Amino acid sequence: MSGKPKLHYFNGRGRMETIRWLLAAAGVEFEESFLETKDDLIKLQKDGSLLFQQLPMVEIDGMKMVQTRAILNYIAAKYNLYGKDLKERALIDMYVEALMDLNELLMSHVFQPADKKEQHFANMMDKATNRYFPVFEKVLKDHRQDFLVGNHFSRADVQLLEILLMAEECKPDILAKFPLLQSFKSRISNIPTIKKFLQPGSQRKTPTEEKDVPKVLKIFY
Amino acid sequence: MSGKPRLTYFNGRGRMEPVRWLLAAAGVEFEEIFLETREQYEKLIKDGVLMFQQVPLVEIDGMKMVQTRAILSYIAGKYNLYGKDLKERALIDMYVEGIADLMQMILVFPFSPPEAKEKNLDSIKERATNRYFPVFEKVLKQHGQDFLVGNKFSWADVQLTEAILAVEEKIPAVLSGFPQLQAFKVRMSNMPTIKKFLQPGSPRKPPPDERYVETVLKVLKI
Repeated sequence: MSGKPKLHYFNGRGRMETIRWLLAAAGVEFEESFLETKDDLIKLQKDGSLLFQQLPMVEIDGMKMVQTRAILNYIAAKYNLYGKDLKERALIDMYVEALMDLNELLMSHVFQPADKKEQHFANMMDKATNRYFPVFEKVLKDHRQDFLVGNHFSRADVQLLEILLMAEECKPDILAKFPLLQSFKSRISNIPTIKKFLQPGSQRKTPTEEKDVPKVLKIFY
Repeated sequence: MSGKPRLTYFNGRGRMEPVRWLLAAAGVEFEEIFLETREQYEKLIKDGVLMFQQVPLVEIDGMKMVQTRAILSYIAGKYNLYGKDLKERALIDMYVEGIADLMQMILVFPFSPPEAKEKNLDSIKERATNRYFPVFEKVLKQHGQDFLVGNKFSWADVQLTEAILAVEEKIPAVLSGFPQLQAFKVRMSNMPTIKKFLQPGSPRKPPPDERYVETVLKVLKI
């Protein structure tokens, strides 16, 4: 056993990507085991490795952790990316929960049936530019600090960067009206661990394409 | 200002009920403002009180907190219901997240079309009896302790109690294969703060009815 965390998921972003981002940002090397077929999932379920029969699952510090938020909370706290006290945690939690709501929208787009795709896209863009991005633009404007919370790098910064980049993949000029988010994006992208994760050959995954959707659905459904 | 937390939500369970449970279990008194009209909701948004234009909203310790999980984590942390260290926290988080997935099915149930209701009820029964309850039955059996994590009352115990009662309302015999959960339910229900919350006249809300569904759809313009 290598001692490194081991991630079990399919070879794509999905619900595991935010975990990959956080580990990478914390400078933690990790291994990955990719599921290719439904049988791979069934095997894990039969082994008793999946507490609620679901992925993501991350083997870390002797635990087989499931539930994305539980995993993210553990990593964030372990690597001091969760604020310095309860109140900073509360702010970070509010921000990351909202970002996870937006992530659900972005992530689920490729899985929408053809007749719902256009409306889903419009809704995604509307929520990103009218509900979520203005909040973070204002946070940065109000305190003028480099990081979202407590003048200190945290998981909120990592998750926001992840979302900004995903949104830009959908609509390249989506940050046009958000100058502080643009400079935030550059700033956080240049943090050494994140810069490394953004380079080709890292464990960052590419967006799931339409042609891959049937394969993914077969594993899980 | 009274210093008590103040909850803003519809007059019903929805996403706020776990917050009511947790505050009550911690012995914390709270006030409530009920959303009845679209105008009230639009005013809250206009006043800039809802960070992401959504409820639940809990005003607590000088913060206007939104996002259910953020609120619950803060309350759990503040009132020592979140385990003693990172590893206990991890277990509690896994458990409450699993339970939240089950509760999500119950949350959306009243909003599903009539023709889908029977199938959805079957799904709730299937998940509760095959995926979620067996896990907690096994946890309790293996350690033989009164509480789910660390031999100490925590957020996980409150959340599981709420879920058991909510599922039982829909499927009365659902605990028949789960003796540990039956004993757990009795044990938790008899804890003084929870016992008080389960009595008539407490802030606990009744199961959603048609009026509740109509109010939500009207206020949120769904």
